[in-house]
Amino acid sequence: MPNNIIEVNGLRKAYKKLEVLKGVDFSVERGEIFALLGSNGAGKTTTIKILSTLLSPDQGVATISGHDVTKQPQQVRAAISLTGQFAAVDEILTGRENLVMIAKLRHLKSPRQIADDLLVRFGLTEAADRRVATYSGGMRRRLDIAMSLIGKPQVIFLDEPTTGLDPEARLEVWKEVKQLSANGVTVFLTTQQLQEAEQLADRIAILHEGRIIAQGTLAELKQLFPPAKKEYVEKQPTLEEIFLAIIGKKEAC
Amino acid sequence: MEATRNYFFSDVGVMLGRSMRHIFRSMDTIITVTLTPIAMMLLFVYVFGGALGAGTGNYVNYMMPGIWLMAIASGIAYTSYRLFVDVRGGVFERFHSMPISGSAALWGHVFTSLVSNAISLLVIILVALLMGFRSSAGMLNWLAVAGILALFTLSLTWVAVIAGLKAQSVDGAGAFAYPLIFLPFISSAFVPTDSMPAAVRVFAENQPVTAIVDTIRALLSEQPVGSDIWIALAWCLGILVVAYFFAMRAYRRRAA
Repeated sequence: MPNNIIEVNGLRKAYKKLEVLKGVDFSVERGEIFALLGSNGAGKTTTIKILSTLLSPDQGVATISGHDVTKQPQQVRAAISLTGQFAAVDEILTGRENLVMIAKLRHLKSPRQIADDLLVRFGLTEAADRRVATYSGGMRRRLDIAMSLIGKPQVIFLDEPTTGLDPEARLEVWKEVKQLSANGVTVFLTTQQLQEAEQLADRIAILHEGRIIAQGTLAELKQLFPPAKKEYVEKQPTLEEIFLAIIGKKEAC
Repeated sequence: MEATRNYFFSDVGVMLGRSMRHIFRSMDTIITVTLTPIAMMLLFVYVFGGALGAGTGNYVNYMMPGIWLMAIASGIAYTSYRLFVDVRGGVFERFHSMPISGSAALWGHVFTSLVSNAISLLVIILVALLMGFRSSAGMLNWLAVAGILALFTLSLTWVAVIAGLKAQSVDGAGAFAYPLIFLPFISSAFVPTDSMPAAVRVFAENQPVTAIVDTIRALLSEQPVGSDIWIALAWCLGILVVAYFFAMRAYRRRAA
């Protein structure tokens, strides 16, 4: 089995005349958390859409688990799961029904059991039979991620998983992502928050104006900068730390 | 590919179950779709009916087919709406990134349209029966009526699919149906076309609603359908084929 589960070579994509990806190369190792970091409009979502077979590239090759995303989309789809930028949950159905639906669409046996297990794991048992429309942002995201786990995909794509979430919910998602990786799932996430990449990712690639301008582990990226100067600074707690301390959620991270 | 083909019907079944839940959980779909035609029926029968119905016998019977078509035209607007919400909300992206058969998500909406329109029509028929709608037609004629209505629903649903996929806003997704709802007015649905001025009459007599209304009316009153049935079927099939082609093209572009 090749060590790289995702291989991307020379990926190009333009919308009409607007070039979004101008030759993107990177690879993701099996079982790692890989963060694609970039500002708005850098091409992160376009990259994820190509890798999850929603969009065809104009040029270049991308493979997942050895399957070409344009030539063997069904094999790729069987190996992946996508959690898009906006929670792709059905608001009118209940949490349980959402999970059962995905399990049925993945043609799995005993969809109800799968749903029950995930509801427990994601702390949604109490809300299971409520319509998703009544869920908070964090609950929706958790349900969304739970839906992505059905069928045990090898790779999970998370497109800006914590955008729009409050700090508490963000910590919950981070915890879940780490849990996924601990279970051997490869996680590919995009983010525009440096802190998120720093917290979660084994390796980081920085996408800027349609190209990968740097990639590596955090330590490797740090070496790109001049060695740290020693300065003595009084450490002030950030507002986030204060907020989390007050509401007593500090231990979650 | 073989495996996904085998799952087509089960996938469509899951999709159908999903959107039928939507319909039963927000009954407003059925209510709005049935309310306007029922109001029209009451208005035409008890307000205008005395004047309009002169010489047509039972006016409820006369207007029944036109009311059905009107209900279907407003019912399919909800298909656009539901599809639009799915496409915008990201649910479709999830489906498309899963190993399910290609157009199962779309067919789910199409079957939902057929089922929900059938429910709306049944509600309207119940009200019409209370208002004095009667037909002596036998099983075979009723089956033919049901078949034509289903075909009409199917062809308009595929038009609605195009609107749902191409619309830029929720309002836009439903707006295309308005002209369709008014088509029965410029047809033989409520008054005989020979009472209309020449130009209007030419349009009225050559648009699909007239042929369909005349066919259904003949079937219900056990009169010979003549060539109307073939014109009606040709219109429905023609719209179906063209709309299906463009809907699939729009879908592939969305999904590609």
